[in-house]
Parts: sequence; C-alpha cells; structure tokens
Amino acid sequence: MTKLAQWLWGLALLGSTWAALTMGALGLELPASCREVLWPLPAYLLVAAGCYALGTVGYRVATFHDCEDAARELQSQIQEARADLTRRGMRF
Amino acid sequence: MASKEASRTSPRSRREPEGRTARQDKYSVLLPTYNERENLPLIVWLLVKSFSESGINYEIIIIDDGSPDGTRDVAEQLEKIYGSDKILLRPREKKLGLGTAYIHGMKHATGNYIIIMDADLSHHPKFIPEFIRKQKEGNFDIVSGTRYKGNGGVYGWDLKRKIISRGANFITQVLLRPGASDLTGSFRLYRKEVLQKLIEKCVSKGYVFQMEMIVRARQLNYTIGEVPISFVDRVYGESKLGGNEIVSFLKGLLTLFATT
Repeated sequence: MTKLAQWLWGLALLGSTWAALTMGALGLELPASCREVLWPLPAYLLVAAGCYALGTVGYRVATFHDCEDAARELQSQIQEARADLTRRGMRF
Repeated sequence: MASKEASRTSPRSRREPEGRTARQDKYSVLLPTYNERENLPLIVWLLVKSFSESGINYEIIIIDDGSPDGTRDVAEQLEKIYGSDKILLRPREKKLGLGTAYIHGMKHATGNYIIIMDADLSHHPKFIPEFIRKQKEGNFDIVSGTRYKGNGGVYGWDLKRKIISRGANFITQVLLRPGASDLTGSFRLYRKEVLQKLIEKCVSKGYVFQMEMIVRARQLNYTIGEVPISFVDRVYGESKLGGNEIVSFLKGLLTLFATT
C-alpha cells in the first residue's frame, strides 16, 4: 500500500468514526459534554498538528549545528593539499 | 613443533588484528564531476589521505562529463601522481544524469563497496572510515551521512536556508516515514549489489533521486545505518536553491508519496 493510500485509509477511518459519533448514527446516546468536545475535535487536532510542526521545525532550526571547526580544518587542509600536490608535480 | 607454530601464528595475528576478511574489502569511490578543476585535486588528496591513514583498500573513479574547464587535464595529472590502479578515469562525452554516472562508474568498479559523494569539498573524506566502521558494526546494506542527527551539521548556511532545509525534511519525514533522518544527502556507502539494484528501480532526478534511493531501499528491506557528518557549503553564495528547485522537490516528494 502506498503512503498516500495509508493516509487516505487512516483519514477515512477516523473521519467516519467521528461522523458516526457526532451524528449519533450508531444509536449511541452520548452525554452532551462528550459531544461538545467531539464536534470541534478535527479542527483542534489540525491546529495542534500545525503548532507541533512549527514548534518542531523551529526547534530544529535553532539547534542546527554550525560546524565552524570543520570549515577551519578544511581551509588548512586545502593549503596543505596544494603544497603537497605542487611538490608532487601538480600544475594547478 | 610447538615453537614453530607459535612463531608462525603470533606475527600474523599481530599484523592482521581484524582478520583476513577485512583485507579483502575494497571501497570504490565514485566521483562524478562537472567543472571541478579547482576542487578535484583537493578532494582526491583528502581521499588518499583518509584511506592511507586507515589502511583501507580503495580506488577512486572519476567520471567527468566533458567539463569545459579542464577538469580532465587535472584528473590525468592525478592519475600520474597516484597511479592508475588508484585513480581511474572513466569520462563521458557530455553532461548526462547522476544516475547514469553511477551506473557507468560501477561498471568499472572492482570494489565490493561503493561510496558516493560530492566532489565540491562539501563532503569530507575523513568520515569514510566512520562509515566503514558503522557498516561493519551493524552489517548494514547502506550507511548514510546525516546532517540532522548527532553532531552532524552544516557550515555556510544562513537562516533562510536552514529553515527551508529543516522544513523540507520535516514534511518528508511526515509523508514518507523513511527511517533515515537525512534523505537528500548524497554522502553514502552502499554494498555494490545494493546500489546496482536500487539504481535500476529509481526513476527521479536531482535531490529526489537521492530520496528515492532510500525509500526504495526501505521497500526492499535493506538495512540503513547513519553517521553524523559535517557539510561545508562553499557554493551556497551562488544560490543553488531557487524557487524552481523547491517546486521540483515538492513535485518529486508528492510523486514518491503517491507511488511508494
């Protein structure tokens, strides 16, 4: 099953469960407080997912490691390489 | 007789602490190049240094796509300096794709492991012995360098670039759940037969090609290990990441999402 198919199945399952419960289609008499929460749940979840996404990406950008020493090391190795290669007959 | 055996076995075990199988492994580095006249000697020097210091059996296959800047001339000088058993020149007439460059290179590779990397010094060969160690540790089919985990990282990226990178990676992780943290990275070690199999199956180009390799590897149940690497970007100033690139990345990502 492709990832798209997995997502569609998952959404269809959750969506139909939510619809069935909020419409009372299964003949379930849920207390009013439950229904009050259930009805806007998809919207809440969407907003929560959006916040999670922004928070995660923000955190990862903030903690993105900057390799200063790698750049410095590379620079000095480039000098070393050029010197060594010239010694061995390289014409740059 | 006992003393003869002792003198026969102890020098051998001192000389080959890792056993004979380690000696039989050979690592072929595929370096597709286009206009890398400046960087090619440096990357080859660093490769030779890393491999020699670790006593690893290697060869470097340079696949130049008819570079107009004289990369071929520089490659020939390197072949003279280091020997044609270590530096293999396998050029092509004009700029063809990366996938075909790998196929072309592998035809001439005598190693049982293939290392792919960029020739512009953004990938440092010092990580290759770590890739090899990781591969042996977990008997992995693929070892991928990651900029996003451990003490992996980048140099030379501004805030905008970092945001795009992390954002794209987040979307990719959510949609594809690939089991590897850095999908667009191209610094990897593959078992030769694994790379051959994957290239056969992959259809995309550019960044998405590298992503597709990992996704298909997952489908075929290949094991993937990761090693944190540092990515030193010296060419970013030449704006490699335009709107077009982002659009084609998203198109490729959605295609993979819908087809794998």
